[in-house]
Order: sequence, then structure tokens, then C-alpha cells
Amino acid sequence: MTMNKQQATSKAVTSSRATNPLINWIKKNLGAIIALAILVVILTITTETFMVKNNLLSVLRQVCVNSFIAFGITCVLLAGGMDLSVGSVVAAAGVIAVQLANQNLPIVLCFAVPLLFGAFIGLINGTVISQTTLPPFIVTLSTQIIVRGVSYVLTGGQPAQSANQAFNNMGTGSVLGVPIPVLFVIVVFIILYFILYKTVFGRHLYATGGNAEAAKYSGVNTKWVKMRVYMMSGTLAALAGVVLAARLYSGQPSVGEGFERDAIAASVIGGTSFSGGIGALSGTVLGVLIIGVLNNGMNLLKINSYWQFIVKGCVILGSVYIDYLKKAKSK
Amino acid sequence: MPSEYIFEMKNITKAFASNVVLDDVSIAIKPGEVRALMGENGAGKSTLMKILGGIYSADNGTIIIGGEQVSINSVDDARKNGVSFIHQEISNIPSMTIAENLFLGREPRNKFGLVDYKRMHNEARKALDVVDLALDTHLLLTNLSVAQQQMIEISRAISEDSKIMIMDEPTASLTTSEVNNLFEQIKRLKQNGVAIIYISHRMEETFKVCDTVTVLRDGKFIGTKNTKETNENELISMMVGREVDTIYGNRRAIGQDTILEVKNLTTEKVKDISFTLKRGEILGFSGLVGSGRTEMALGLFGIDPILSGEIIIEGKKADIKKPADAIEAGIVLVPEERKAQGLVLNHTIGTNLSFQVLTSFMNKLRVNKKKENKIVNEYKDKLSIKMTSVDQLVGELSGGNQQKVVISKWLAAKPKILILDEPTRGIDVGAKAEIYKLMSDLTKEGVSIIMISSELPEIINNSSRIAVMNEGKLAAILDPEKDDISQENILSYAVIGGN
Repeated sequence: MTMNKQQATSKAVTSSRATNPLINWIKKNLGAIIALAILVVILTITTETFMVKNNLLSVLRQVCVNSFIAFGITCVLLAGGMDLSVGSVVAAAGVIAVQLANQNLPIVLCFAVPLLFGAFIGLINGTVISQTTLPPFIVTLSTQIIVRGVSYVLTGGQPAQSANQAFNNMGTGSVLGVPIPVLFVIVVFIILYFILYKTVFGRHLYATGGNAEAAKYSGVNTKWVKMRVYMMSGTLAALAGVVLAARLYSGQPSVGEGFERDAIAASVIGGTSFSGGIGALSGTVLGVLIIGVLNNGMNLLKINSYWQFIVKGCVILGSVYIDYLKKAKSK
Repeated sequence: MPSEYIFEMKNITKAFASNVVLDDVSIAIKPGEVRALMGENGAGKSTLMKILGGIYSADNGTIIIGGEQVSINSVDDARKNGVSFIHQEISNIPSMTIAENLFLGREPRNKFGLVDYKRMHNEARKALDVVDLALDTHLLLTNLSVAQQQMIEISRAISEDSKIMIMDEPTASLTTSEVNNLFEQIKRLKQNGVAIIYISHRMEETFKVCDTVTVLRDGKFIGTKNTKETNENELISMMVGREVDTIYGNRRAIGQDTILEVKNLTTEKVKDISFTLKRGEILGFSGLVGSGRTEMALGLFGIDPILSGEIIIEGKKADIKKPADAIEAGIVLVPEERKAQGLVLNHTIGTNLSFQVLTSFMNKLRVNKKKENKIVNEYKDKLSIKMTSVDQLVGELSGGNQQKVVISKWLAAKPKILILDEPTRGIDVGAKAEIYKLMSDLTKEGVSIIMISSELPEIINNSSRIAVMNEGKLAAILDPEKDDISQENILSYAVIGGN
């Protein structure tokens, strides 16, 4: 009784001690920050080509595609879901975008139509998942296969080359020295940050992932939350596909195999919980950078591409393990 | 015409598939009235209230609030009609802050329609102050004790400023002072004309805070009584549908031979615990939530590492490092959290029940299904578990029957010492009586029981002796032959500790 109250107040005191958001953020993401720092230091020392402006810019350009997908995956994981269909959506959206670009349609349409397609796939995922008790893993695995098929059907299996310079510029161009895709990522990050932390929907998304039953009992429309979050993920994957197609001047129906792996890895390295409700976009940015720098560094170090898989897997496991140790300690 | 009732539910009927859970039930409550809703598990209390709370919708019937017929199809509708709900199973988001939890689903917004965190925390502060909870509103729920989380639930319902408040087992995890605080709140709400529907299995509370009591049985309305004009036995008879003399078992005399001797048991959570347990004895463990009762058991059972001290079973020193050692030595623990620690809900009764003794009827590599069925049926009869078949999923059973499956699972291991942690939490009065009878039968067979419980009447009426814990230490062991075992005395040891 009196004991309880003392505990309560002492807890209140400890929590108000560390309220500096930056320090909190560093503490939360310590594993990822250390991993990234170690990678950068090693690569700066062992190669002359890493810490060079052009290389760094190209790393940034390369991580953009994974950024969009990983942002979407993070939102889905936060809501307690899973989306394996993103890799296929990347391919289909890229194919659609290039086909439109080759008709010389306005750039806005070349973006809008594939994005709507991505949202539509998300709507299908979200509808099935929220209206039934089918596991998200199975539902999105199925749509992954279906959408892969769609992109092959659209192209007859052949890559579609883009001859539209204005469209290609969206992937390869720069504004004031900053690659255009990077600008897209920044804008998307700001919008998503706003949605997650400032809107009621954002709160409901976290609540749905944290404890769906409790959220429902509090009057949160969890089905609608799930539908929207899969639509977000589908749209973001489509954006990744359009930007990738613009960068490669072509829409390739076979691209994007395994992209969901890198995106999930980035989210998890960035501290997003697989069981929902816990995580943040800023952590995902760190995760995306770690994977991007790792890929780039291994190429610069001329590591055999077969070995790259092994290294990457170990880095992901290591980083998640550090996170686990931290959590176990705090308990 | 204004009605004298703040709300009425008329002719409510609800079925899940072909299973009728509410059959033509009507209730009406006046402003400022506290109405207990009683009945065994499965009687339909929670379903009726979930219809009022917008979680289920009725198949038939009408709801009238403030004299007007309303349709409640969602939690939001219920809230708009002034209905708030404190749920039985704690329903919060562990990864969110206190303030976010308090205002989930009704977040304060600024003029741009965005979440207004500043106002949210200010309002949350006020809501916590009302229930006297000195916690930072930025704390995550996961960092709070179970009792604190329950108080958050309560303060949330209060802060909704509703006219009708449903409380489903609100005191299940509260300490006495918190229960008193809740009763103060109920009094205050009553004066403000709020109608409260109070669902509880604890008779004592019903008589203490409720004006009237409605009993449901098997989805049917049985009757409404004034609490001043009825008594415990009458209510129990109404609930179970037959005359009941007493729900408690007989208190067993303390036997002669010592089966277990614990000397200076110390773990990270408890200090210097020494006691003996006689054959066929029920030793009750009382104390506040967090006083170390459960932790004492976790030490004995080899889950929490033993730092120092000795455990002697039938004269032999037992070296318990892990649960397997304890089971080997004849100690089993039926844990407090039935669902989390004791059962695999989506497995069948058969697999759950035989889990503990599986190795004893493995047929080379295969589970001997026949033997499994035999054991299940043996315990089904012994404990009168209500089930359709061995292959029924445990999750489909009522709380009382689930508890029986957990107990059977451990009995199948033929223990000498049975530790029961909160054996009757959240189960109805009929099932409670059966569990008490089972305990009494077991002791007659020579099994010794350590029963940990927060319910004082249960402790007092079933225990041969009563151990009281306080802040990780044993405050007293009370013998009804010699000592005062009134609730007041036990509580004073629990709060103040030993000399």
C-alpha cells in the first residue's frame, strides 16, 4: 500500500531524468549507431574510394529504393502486420511507369498510375487481412506471386526500355547536387513522420500493433487502420519501383526479388519490433544506411558476391542480437 | 416523458452461432444506483455488458438511455451515449504512454485536427490526480505494475465523464488500499448520479458497494434483489440454481509428519523464508500483491535461482536448480497466470493434460493415444471437467474448467506437494466450490498443498495454517487453534510485517 506509492513516485522520478529526446534516441538505437560507425570507420581506413563525395552520393542514391520500401514495412510492422508483396509491387510499378513514359504521358501520370496500382494491391492485402483471420504472411506471400505474374504479363517477360529523358531524370538527376531520389526520400520521411506522430491515425496505428484487442475496446477502428497501413506500404513500394525504373531507364519484370528481405532487415535493425507497436522511422533510416553502406563497402573491397550474402546475414543477426541484449538488460 | 431510469435494456437476446448466450434479458437502472451483476462464468454477464458497451450487438431487443431508444453499434456509439467500460482483462497498449492510453480513441486534437499532446498530458495529469496516482504521464504502461495498470483503466473510465459505467471485475488485481480508493470513487460517482454496473465474483464487495444485485444464469434473467434484503447463500443458490450450504471446503487439521521443511530460503526477491509443511495440510499464503508470495513459490519450484537456504523433502535435502528437479522431488506449481503460463489454449485438452506425463506413455517414439485418452477421462471424472471430447480445444472451455485442466495436468505427475497460485482467480462461485472440494479431497489422499491467494475469505476458510508475507519476508505463520485469524489480524501482518 504505502510501499506501492513509494515505488510509483520513485519510478516517476527516474523517468523524468532522461527526457532529452536526442539522448533517448541515441540510447534506443545504440546498436545500430555503433554498427554504422564501425562500418564507416573500417571502410574509410581500408579503402581510398569510400570516403569520396561521388561514392557517398551514389550510396545515397542506391539506398533510396530500400528506404521507401522499408518505411512502408516499418509502418506495417508497427501495426502488427507483415507485407511480403512489396518486391513484386516494385517490379510491376516500374513496368507500368516505363510503359506510360514511353507513351510520352506527363511525368505526374507516370508516377500517379503506378502509385495507385500499389495502393490497390495494398487495398487487397488490407481487405483480406482485416476481414479474415488469415495470417498476413500467407496473404501477402500470395499477392507477391500474383503481382509478379502481373508484371510478366504486362511486358511479355521482356524488360521495357524507357526513352523518356524527363522520366529517366527522376532517377538519375540532381537538384543543387542532391540526387532527386534522395529529395523524394526526405519528403516522404517528413510526411510519414507527420502521419505517425502528429495524427490520430498514427496513434491508432501504434495502438493496433501494441494490442489490437485493447485498441478495439477503446473505440479504435482497427480494421480500417490495417487497410490503410497496407495501402501505405503498397504505395511506397510502387514509388520505389518507379524511382528504380527511372534510375535504370527500364522497367524490368524480374526486378525486386528479395527486396522485402532488405526492407524487413532495415526495419528490424532500426529497432522495430516484429510483434508490433514498437519502433520508429528514424531507426529504419539507420537500418537502411547500414545495409546500403555494407553493400557498397563489400563491392569496394571486392568481396566475392556469394560471400556478401553471408556477411550481410551475420551483420543483421549481430545487430538484432545487440538490441536483444540491451532489452534483456533493462528488464 | 422522462423515465426514472437512466438506462434500460429490454428483451436482449444474443446467440453465437447456435449457442444462445442471452435469452430475453431485461434490466433497468436508476441514476446513482450501483447494480451488481452476478452469475457463474458463462451466465451472460459480460456479453450483456459488451452489448451495452458497443463491442457486440444484440440479435434482438432495445436499449433505452435517458428515455430515448438508442442504437449502439460501436464503442464510439457507446461513448457518445455516455457509457464507459472497465474491462476484466486489462486492456491497454503496453508500448504506449499513460496519457496515450488514457485518451486512446478520443485523442484531444488541436485546430488542425492533429493530436494535441500538451493538452493530452495535462488532462491525463488531472485524471490521475482524481484517483490519487502519482505517476508521470509520459511513462510507458509496460513499466507499471499490474495494479497500477488497473488503476489507469479505472481513471480512464472516470475521465470519460460518463453517465453509465460498467466495471467488469475491477478489483481482481488491486491491493486493499487501492480497492478502498476505488470504492471511494464509486461513492463519489454515485453522488454525481452516475449509474454503475459492477461485475464481480467477490461477494464481500457486492454487499459493500452495491445497492442492488441482478443474477443471471445460463443467459436468463433470474432476479434482482436489494442487497440489504438478501444474503450470500441466497445469491449463490440463485446463481447455481440449487441450494448450497457452503462454498468452502472443510478446514483440515494439521497432520503429524513433516513432508517439507524450508530453511532460510533466499532468492533475489525473497529473504530468509522458513516454514514446515505437514502431510495433508493446506498452508495458505497471504500478503499484499508484490509481497513475495509468488516469488517464494518460484524459488521452491526452481524458476528463480536459490541464493541460500535449504529445502528438505521427507527428511532428504533436495537440490532444486530447475523446475525438472522440483517435479522430480515431488513439487508441482499451478501458476497464477493460467493462460500465459499453464496452458496452450489452441491445443486440445488431451495434449495439454498429458504434457507433463508425456514421457510416461510414449510408445517408443509415438504418443500412445489410448493411454492419453484414459488419463484424460480419469481426471475428467475426478474433477468433473465439462468438455465435449478429449480433442476439444482448451481455449473453448470456461475459466473454471480451464483451471481444472491445469490442475489435472499437474496431478497427473502424482505430486507430493502441490503449490496453487491464485487457484480461483476469475472463476465463478460454483467452480470455486469444486476447486475447494478438490483441494480437500487431495489432502485426504495425503497430498500437501501450498495455496497462495489474495482473497482473505478463501485463505481463512480453507487453510490449516496461514503464512503471511510482507516485503519479501515471512511476517507470521498463524495457527487457527492458537492465533487470531481474523481478516484484520492477517491484514495487519501483511501491511506492517512481523515484529
